Amino acid sequence: MNPDQTYLTEDPLSYTDLIGSVMRPSDGALAFFAGVVRNHHDGKTVQSIVYEAYRPMAEREIGRIMEDIRSRYPDVRMAVRHRLGLVVVGEASIVIACSSPHRAEAFAACREIIDRVKQTVPIWKKERSESGEEWVGWQGAAGEGSIRETR
Amino acid sequence: MLGYGPVVHDSMNVRLLLFAVLQDIVGSSEISLQLRPGTSALEVWQTLRQKHHQLLPFPAPPMTAINESYAPPETVLRDGDELAFIPPVSGG
Repeated sequence: MNPDQTYLTEDPLSYTDLIGSVMRPSDGALAFFAGVVRNHHDGKTVQSIVYEAYRPMAEREIGRIMEDIRSRYPDVRMAVRHRLGLVVVGEASIVIACSSPHRAEAFAACREIIDRVKQTVPIWKKERSESGEEWVGWQGAAGEGSIRETR
Repeated sequence: MLGYGPVVHDSMNVRLLLFAVLQDIVGSSEISLQLRPGTSALEVWQTLRQKHHQLLPFPAPPMTAINESYAPPETVLRDGDELAFIPPVSGG
């Protein structure tokens, strides 16, 4: 694995660039996933999301996930990019492309990447709606309800 | 002579990083801590809770990272460590 690989970027994510980076002549399958900012959450209208990361650890953590999945799906070529900063409705916050000779491994690897990124990579989102800004994700930490931002 | 005069304690330096909702609560993204040797990450969290009442309902940190890797909160810190309490993540 290339240690200089960066998975995080402030720039808009390109679906086609990512797909182009994984496809080989031997591949008969491409699984692609994009996480996209939607305009609603918990009954509120969402205008945009700001993503923040513990950047060096997030890079390492995604690298660990990719390395582990790669070791179990050696035929799959995989790429992932996560966006940081302001992302507006309709734009992708994460894109994942997995190519392989056959579809089963491509689907499985793609699904596992997104599930594990959401579980352990230190990235946080703050939703902006007409009622203000709010961090997402503290809920459930100790069963005491959420800590709400007062700004 | 034991028991007399100023006691000079060893101390160690630890950088505490704060993100997202924790950064807003504490009002800082990074704090330099001088700790006595043997201090655990959990003890740092307890001190933080006592200073910021919004954290009182949380006796344990959601997740703890030491030097960019997840670690049990009971881990004893070492001089030069970078400690981060990781609020529940919400990337993807």
